[in-house]
Amino acid sequence: MSFRNIGIVYRKELREALRDRRTVIASVVIPLFLFPLLSVGFGALVGSIVKKTKEASPKVMVVGGEDSPKVLAALKATPKIEVVPAAPNWKDLVVEKEIPVAVEIPTGFDKGVAVQKKLQVNIYNYSGELKSEIAAGKLNDSLKAYRDEVVKGRVVEHKLPVEVLDPFEVTQKNIAPPEKSGAALFFGGFIAYIVVFLCFNGGMHPAIDLTAGEKERGTMETILSSPISRSHLVFGKFLLVLTTALATAALSVISMGISFALVNSLQAKTIQAGDEGIEMHIGVGAALSVFIMAIPLAVLFSSVQLMVASFAKTYKEAQTYLVPLIFIVIIPAIAAMLPGVDLSAKLALVPILNVSLLCKELVIGTYHWNFIAIIFTSTCAYAAVALFLATKMFQRESVLFRS
Amino acid sequence: MIEARSLSKRFHDKKRGEIRAVDNVSFVAKPGQIYGLLGANGAGKTTTLRLLATILEPTDGTAVVNGHDVVDSPEKVRASVGFLSGGTALYPRLTAQEMVEYFGRLNGLDEATLKKRVDEIFNRLDMNEFRDRRCDKLSTGMKQKTSIARTLVHDPPVMIFDEPTSGLDVMTARTIMGFIRECRDRGKTVIFSTHVMSEVEKLCDVVGIIQSGKLLTEGTLGQLRERHGEQDLEEIFVKVVAPLYVEPEAK
Repeated sequence: MSFRNIGIVYRKELREALRDRRTVIASVVIPLFLFPLLSVGFGALVGSIVKKTKEASPKVMVVGGEDSPKVLAALKATPKIEVVPAAPNWKDLVVEKEIPVAVEIPTGFDKGVAVQKKLQVNIYNYSGELKSEIAAGKLNDSLKAYRDEVVKGRVVEHKLPVEVLDPFEVTQKNIAPPEKSGAALFFGGFIAYIVVFLCFNGGMHPAIDLTAGEKERGTMETILSSPISRSHLVFGKFLLVLTTALATAALSVISMGISFALVNSLQAKTIQAGDEGIEMHIGVGAALSVFIMAIPLAVLFSSVQLMVASFAKTYKEAQTYLVPLIFIVIIPAIAAMLPGVDLSAKLALVPILNVSLLCKELVIGTYHWNFIAIIFTSTCAYAAVALFLATKMFQRESVLFRS
Repeated sequence: MIEARSLSKRFHDKKRGEIRAVDNVSFVAKPGQIYGLLGANGAGKTTTLRLLATILEPTDGTAVVNGHDVVDSPEKVRASVGFLSGGTALYPRLTAQEMVEYFGRLNGLDEATLKKRVDEIFNRLDMNEFRDRRCDKLSTGMKQKTSIARTLVHDPPVMIFDEPTSGLDVMTARTIMGFIRECRDRGKTVIFSTHVMSEVEKLCDVVGIIQSGKLLTEGTLGQLRERHGEQDLEEIFVKVVAPLYVEPEAK
């Protein structure tokens, strides 16, 4: 093993990679700017849209109720809604999003209420449409408040205390530490998913460029005519792919840490656990642990990418093989985010899923040392096999000179 | 010195079955000589030269290049060889100087020797003007000079050229031809493949005609003329190759 030769190849590949726009964008620009854009930018945009919609006074079309001035007065008195007269085609107007919501008051509503008759009020909205949902919510709250007033009036009329309506209160309290709650676990799983995805994505372009790209440009024959052994050559190339994958993972974790700190400082809590919000943050220890666990995973990804890409004749052909692999990689990472999927001895041996599940725990500060040992060892073993196969692939003439 | 001993290379093709790209080829190329390997497209020239440069491994037979066996010591063989072909391109994102230095380091040169060699070659080939320019910004002529510098940086005793003028304009091709002559004059062993008769007549001391992977005849130009009763090299070539000639298959 000549470390000198591996170092020569690595330095040359690094120099070329730093001059390659595609590598710089995939490994540096995307991880650095994706999270601030997603968490701060996108979060702020969504927050501003929701706030604006909530503060607006949506038009509410009241169908019927001409003979029930009391309920109409209650609706008109509701803050931040604008009651408008009903049009004959009010249902079409809701469906076409011309008005956000309509309410149907049955004939003789006030009289019915007075004689304690069971009545039905219908609210018509466009489900899933933000403006319509918020308007329906306001309308619902207004009608419920009116109903409560009616009930209170009846209780008072019968000379009963108001407390008769609420014999006891029920409250639910979370006693798990907020930083280890279900929402925090979901947040940890999300970080694991992002690290896995970017680790794979960061190494993909260099892996293709250094193998199929070389064949396509005709430099493969040039380098094969030099005295360097093929195993040294593939090690040098592998180290560069690994560097970009790890750089992407490291930059993404740093960028996430900074972005979430920024979001927290702006008090924009976007994930809710029951009634309690959680602060999204990654500590230095957690970030370091995630990065260390990402190393064997990056070795595995880099080796597989080199092996697959070296089989291809052209850059495009290699992309055809590697892009579908992204889905194979992210499925276990997404599975790790699902509630109820937790680390077990069996799952600790499933590549990608094991690291994702572990990272989820690491982010919230839980260290299962037995699982950490199993996962680190098994991922290193898979990575070693993949690297061995990549080296073998690079020594096959039928692969290097495939036509 | 290059000595090919019953060199053979077989490939397996799904459609055509076993292909004998190089079939029992033996010849000797001596220092201070240019050995020309003349053949049609698909005759086996490139495979033969790739076997000598240890880019491919022989199925049977062997070759000794500068005293090293291509099967037993491929890395030592490559360290003794400068290999230039139409397919040996340059790294687009490296400068001309970085490209040459990279190959110097891979050939084991220390930094002081490397600097001296690079300066010497860049001066000799008049490359100083574009030494810091990236290879993807070089003209065809500049690229060829950089490729030549890359093959020369470790001062190899054996030079292998696989159709080096293919696709080049007249002026660039002349530069390459001049460089090949210079290698011979410096006492290097030179082997050169082509399908262009005029290049063989201008350059080669010994000519071998290859077809279907077999070396059909070899000798000096005078010996070939006498042996085959023709003065014109093209006529000799057709006479030798015709019995075995098959149209090369489309790739």
